[in-house]
Amino acid sequence: MFETRIASPFSGESGAITAVAPLGRAVLRCREADIGRVSDKLGLALPQAACRSESNGPNSALWLGPDEWLLLNADMQDGWVPGLAARLDGELCSLVDVSHRQVALSIDGERAEEILASGCALNLSLRAFPVGMCTRTMYARAEIVLWRTGPRSFYLDVWRSFARYVEALLREAESEV
Amino acid sequence: MLIIPCPYCGERPELEFSYGGQAHIDRPLAPTDLNDEEWNEYLYVRANPKGRHAERWRHIHGCARFFNAVRDTRTDHILATYKVGEPAPEIPA
Ligand SMILES: [Zn+2]
Repeated sequence: MFETRIASPFSGESGAITAVAPLGRAVLRCREADIGRVSDKLGLALPQAACRSESNGPNSALWLGPDEWLLLNADMQDGWVPGLAARLDGELCSLVDVSHRQVALSIDGERAEEILASGCALNLSLRAFPVGMCTRTMYARAEIVLWRTGPRSFYLDVWRSFARYVEALLREAESEV
Repeated sequence: MLIIPCPYCGERPELEFSYGGQAHIDRPLAPTDLNDEEWNEYLYVRANPKGRHAERWRHIHGCARFFNAVRDTRTDHILATYKVGEPAPEIPA
């Protein structure tokens, strides 16, 4: 048996910025009228409030748009997305496995907001961007998904080809704040 | 940087948006019934006002939705934003 490992594009190590272990990821699109039924079948309430997330065990649903969610699975089990697709059989919706398209960094600690502010134009104060809030946005010239997982913790999802660019700028910011 | 209120996400920085031209242009239901002049009008002729202009924007790096905005082309002030399908709001002068 070969053990397969997923190569990480990230290089450095530091106090505040760490690579997140591989996750299962899927993008779900469905119509407003079907949200309740699709949520039931997924076993995960799809948030309908803008820029909010819901979690249930290892699974989370992040609102990306009024008919679009990023689904995350912390266990990274092979077959997770096909399993979801099977449960949604008969529903008119779209489910795309993007597990390997994106990689994630975790930014933690007292200076997390400041480090992110180096390239993100949003107000990231706890009042304006509370725990559980998530959104697609920009970090410098790269599109990211930013999710506040704790008062001083952020999850940053970025397309794999932009990962080193984002990581390098974040680490530079970390060395300066 | 402009702050643009997305009808779905609220106030967001300009760099998350892209511009989509004049709003409220309906595709003709039966294009074959149009003569060349009418088709040309639909495809290419646009208003170019000095003042209020209803236009399409897309929150491409946010919720990714298209929406409409009334912008004053003299000041770049965005006076209203609203969802696609809704009529342009009445804005007092
Ligand atoms: Zn938006």
